[in-house]
Amino acid sequence: MDILHYTEAHHDFRKRLRAFMDREVVPHIDQWEADQGVSREVWRKMGRAGFLCPTLPTAYGGLGGDFRFSVIGIEEISRTNHGGLGAPLHSDIVVPYIMSYGNDVQKQTYLPGCAAGDIVTAVAMTEPGAGSDLSSMTTTAEEDRGQLVINGVKTFISNGILCDLAIVAAKDPHETNPHQAISLYLIEDGTPGFQKGRPLDKMGLHSQDTAELFFSNCRIPAENRLGEKGMGFLMLMDKLQQERLVTAVMGISVAEVMLEWTMRHCKKTTTSAGRPLSRSQAVQFALVEMATEVNLGRTFVDKLVVEHVAGNNVIVETSMAKYWCTELGKRVADRCLDLVGDYGGLEQCPLVRGFRDVRVMSIFAGTNEIMKGIAAKFMGL
Amino acid sequence: MDILTYTEAHHRFRDRLREFCETEIMPHVDQWENDHIVPRKIWQKMGHGGFLCPTLPAAYGGIEGDFIHCLIVTEELSRTMQTGLAAGLHSDVVVPYIESFGSDEQKRKYLPGCVSGDCITAVAMTEPGAGSDVAGMQTTAVEDGDAVVLNGSKTFISNGVICDLVVLAAKDPAVENKHQAVSLYVVEAGTPGFEKGTQLEKMGWHSQDTAELFFTNCRIPKHNRLGEKGAGFFMLMGKLQQERLVCCMGGVVAAERILEYTTAHCRRTTAGGKPLSKSQAVQFALVEMATEAKLGRTFMEKLIAEHMAGENIIVETSMAKYWATDLANRMANRALDIVGEDGARESCLLTRALRDARVMSIFAGTNEIMKGIAAKFMGL
Ligand SMILES: Cc1cc2nc3c(=O)[nH]c(=O)nc-3n(C[C@H](O)[C@H](O)[C@H](O)COP(=O)(O)OP(=O)(O)OC[C@H]3O[C@@H](n4cnc5c(N)ncnc54)[C@H](O)[C@@H]3O)c2cc1C
Ligand SMILES: Cc1cc2nc3c(=O)[nH]c(=O)nc-3n(C[C@H](O)[C@H](O)[C@H](O)COP(=O)(O)OP(=O)(O)OC[C@H]3O[C@@H](n4cnc5c(N)ncnc54)[C@H](O)[C@@H]3O)c2cc1C
Repeated sequence: MDILHYTEAHHDFRKRLRAFMDREVVPHIDQWEADQGVSREVWRKMGRAGFLCPTLPTAYGGLGGDFRFSVIGIEEISRTNHGGLGAPLHSDIVVPYIMSYGNDVQKQTYLPGCAAGDIVTAVAMTEPGAGSDLSSMTTTAEEDRGQLVINGVKTFISNGILCDLAIVAAKDPHETNPHQAISLYLIEDGTPGFQKGRPLDKMGLHSQDTAELFFSNCRIPAENRLGEKGMGFLMLMDKLQQERLVTAVMGISVAEVMLEWTMRHCKKTTTSAGRPLSRSQAVQFALVEMATEVNLGRTFVDKLVVEHVAGNNVIVETSMAKYWCTELGKRVADRCLDLVGDYGGLEQCPLVRGFRDVRVMSIFAGTNEIMKGIAAKFMGL
Repeated sequence: MDILTYTEAHHRFRDRLREFCETEIMPHVDQWENDHIVPRKIWQKMGHGGFLCPTLPAAYGGIEGDFIHCLIVTEELSRTMQTGLAAGLHSDVVVPYIESFGSDEQKRKYLPGCVSGDCITAVAMTEPGAGSDVAGMQTTAVEDGDAVVLNGSKTFISNGVICDLVVLAAKDPAVENKHQAVSLYVVEAGTPGFEKGTQLEKMGWHSQDTAELFFTNCRIPKHNRLGEKGAGFFMLMGKLQQERLVCCMGGVVAAERILEYTTAHCRRTTAGGKPLSKSQAVQFALVEMATEAKLGRTFMEKLIAEHMAGENIIVETSMAKYWATDLANRMANRALDIVGEDGARESCLLTRALRDARVMSIFAGTNEIMKGIAAKFMGL
């Protein structure tokens, strides 16, 4: 039973994207991992080839597709076994803020570049002292003579080095209700007072240019506010369902990729007794158990994708899927490494990178503890 | 999004069955658990209510429903917290052997009674020395003129005491290939040489009359063979997909009941002046349990849809049987921890739920066997 009902257009998109990945991404990954960032070039190529922002209307250079195109995008990047090219973050998390809340001028100014790969985006919520509890952020946005002055520091910002445009959450210091104080702002790279740090030295996602962003008396035009004043917190909450679903898809996709690799490895690797590893019952059971959980997770996520596309409120299930699928990714990575043995300790074994990269998935997009808290709240506990 | 398409008829069926369970079953469950068996009358009432063998054709008295009706029966019966009235085993596991492999005469003779509850069925594969390895069975069936002579014993047979008709697997000792030696026979209760033991004292499933069956020079007519001679092993294998799916359903709905009960308990029970459900640790436990229950349900519903479409889902069904029954076990254990001392009382439903969940990982093929089957068909 095909839950997602992919059309020919979806299949074609996947086929072309996979070929693109094989040609333009896979050969460069080792270099990007060493460089702590991907090339700007690959963003442009991806955009030119029509793989960025597939859900944007064609008027802005998108495909006018549905969220299932995004799912395919995430899956195909996952297959490349690297997490540097933050295209899903750009296409399915950041750009949708502009599409949903931007005015016509903002959309016309930025969206075509976002689709073409000329404008790489980032979203900056987290601060050194404000992660899970976003309402405690301290970055400020103050009006001054028809402009806005931004001051503060954001950290752990994905695409932080490459970004041409950051959506920054900041507070009006005169508003005492922390939830009503937050607004979102579009800040272009190069604006005086906006400084990027160096790529953070992270445990995983080495090719991802996650960085700190600094704002000191950074002046932006008043019309760079995204949406209504004081609505920032609500806009973030509204978009987080999709962000978490994206992360759930990532979790399940990397679990699939690692399991597939390990299964092939166990079939072709023989023990000293001359038997393939996969003939050992203990190995078989481990593989079957992982495959079972992957099937369960995949089915659950597929169903959520359909519900999300239909516009249903699936906040409880999405929180559940985010935590469960990212935990699954971690469990699968860990267990696969055990099955593979000493080769799994070598940097050249693809599981090593997968293991490192999946580790942070339980933390970003809302930690898994926060996910359980949200589910509990909306389950009425 | 609904994976399964429910019709008005399904909803009405569920409503009727729920009412039936509340009036005819619930008040008697504790008694049945003590008796280690349910009264014959309840089978007949189930039958007359139209709740047995819902997928059978009207010609045999069935309501011509689909597998969703079977799911509804499993769901509603799981609310009754008893296992004695094993309607799922009868309707979805045993009777399908007769429907699929029986001759017209066998069908006309037995199926109407199966639907009305006058003919309660059992299936006997397991022997004291042959559980997982069904082909290792020793019970023999030797042809003698127009008769077949049965010798051997079966054990752990559900509905063993109450059954009127047994689908029995036995071997022709003259055939060497152990897979080709097995045939299936229908044996009526009361046939000379067929004795039933008493209920086995089991850890769980107290109201279920699981028993040993003994065959000593038991002569049955040759036409009591079900299907082709020597095809028994393959018939069993063919039907096990549905049996395992039924077990998966049992596991998922048991998990859901446990969660429902525990959540309600934590909402109304206070500790330190606030409901248990306000403690973050309890909340996380309940969320984790709810997540796994939803994962199990979604996977199960997809498999049911595929099974109804006639797809071969042997790998996924084996996965689902093991995972869902393990889930029920995990849930029961965790729920007991959360509920605390109340959970250790016999009056707490979780106590029975834990006992009853525990054997699910063993029957219908142990969970190890499930993993082995999945591995084999995954080409490992
Ligand atoms: C690779 C990576 C990329 C990222 N990309 C971005 C990005 O592009 N933009 C962006 O804005 N942010 C980004 N983040 C930041 C990410 O969103 C935060 O790390 C996350 O929200 C958690 O915040 P924190 O790390 O400050 O942890 P904290 O909030 O300090 O939490 C610390 C611990 O306490 C737990 N905790 C907190 N509150 C509760 C509670 N109420 N109940 C129970 N436990 C609780 C947490 O689960 C965690 O275990 C990224 C992070 C990583 C690792
Ligand atoms: C409540 C209940 C009701 C039942 N109802 C029926 C019924 O109605 N009809 C019927 O015919 N039977 C019935 N059974 C029997 C059930 O099907 C068997 O118990 C089951 O098939 C396991 O067989 P066994 O107990 O002999 O275990 P064994 O086959 O002896 O197995 C013992 C252990 O070894 C493991 N094992 C065996 N082979 C392998 C292998 N190749 N690889 C790895 N591990 C292995 C098993 O998983 C198990 O852990 C019922 C059982 C119970 C508990």
